Amino acid sequence: MFVLVEMVVFNVGLCICLYDITKLDDSYIFPGDGASHTIVHFRYVVFHPFLDEILLGKIKYCSQEGVHVTMGFFDDILIPPESLQQPAKFLSDEAEQVWLWEYETDEGAHDLYMDQGEDIRFRVTDEMFVDTSPTGPSAAEIPVIPGQPVAPPAEEVEKKEAPYTLIGTICDPGLGLLSWWNS
Amino acid sequence: MEVKNANAAMLSNYEVFKLLTDLKEKRKDTVKNKNSAGQQNLNTIMYETMKYLSKTPCCRQNPEIVKEFLTTMKPHKLTKAEKLQLLNQRPQTAVEIQLMVEESEERLSEEQIEELIHTVADVLPGDPEQENAAPADAEMEEAVQQS
Repeated sequence: MFVLVEMVVFNVGLCICLYDITKLDDSYIFPGDGASHTIVHFRYVVFHPFLDEILLGKIKYCSQEGVHVTMGFFDDILIPPESLQQPAKFLSDEAEQVWLWEYETDEGAHDLYMDQGEDIRFRVTDEMFVDTSPTGPSAAEIPVIPGQPVAPPAEEVEKKEAPYTLIGTICDPGLGLLSWWNS
Repeated sequence: MEVKNANAAMLSNYEVFKLLTDLKEKRKDTVKNKNSAGQQNLNTIMYETMKYLSKTPCCRQNPEIVKEFLTTMKPHKLTKAEKLQLLNQRPQTAVEIQLMVEESEERLSEEQIEELIHTVADVLPGDPEQENAAPADAEMEEAVQQS
């Protein structure tokens, strides 16, 4: 059970802790292997919000990709630019990067900044599970033609993808920074 | 490892919080395991999840409160997911209720939404710091009117 620590199970969710053990099958010792093997049936508590669920988080940072939100135990939450309250603007200089909402009132536009550390309420609109289990050696073969120079294989850019990502929106009334809606 | 059922049941924040609190108590008894790396990792996710949940209304709930809440919710004919969100988030405004209840304008009248807000506020305990702020404002208003 301890193997599932901080692990994302593909298409299931982020593992939090053991809920219970429902069944212990018979234990076996296999030839050539001194260890005893037992199939354990158990239930695990996982974090896996449903579509449209409303969640509370904190703004981690802003980038071109959108606003990155964290819940402490789970970090891979993104609110893309099109899902921000509109009109939205991205400010980027040496000091900081921030998204802001150009909120329009009768007196003109009032810029509402989405600062780091701010509490934010969002709705889950999508999720992505990436199978990060190791794959076998690459099946692609470079054809070698005698007499011809061999072209070097194209370099694979390895981007570390999160195994589980949530995409959210703050485009509805009541969503976004809590400070925007608390009178 | 084989996944038999990816979604066996939905747990409320309170149930997860209670489970983590109980696990933490059990582990306090086996202090000598502190140095194992596997155990330390488990503590990180448990610690972070507990930290998150302790700042939500669920840390002031108990089985009786949850039961009472579900009973009072019956006449409103909400889905399981909607009741779960109301329980976890303890919304205090109509805007929040409308976020969590699908097609709320068609299913709930203004009075029913008001009723929901009152029920949620009555049955589910709130943040004592927040509640103390409110009466003070009421007293101030009265003082201003009298002067």
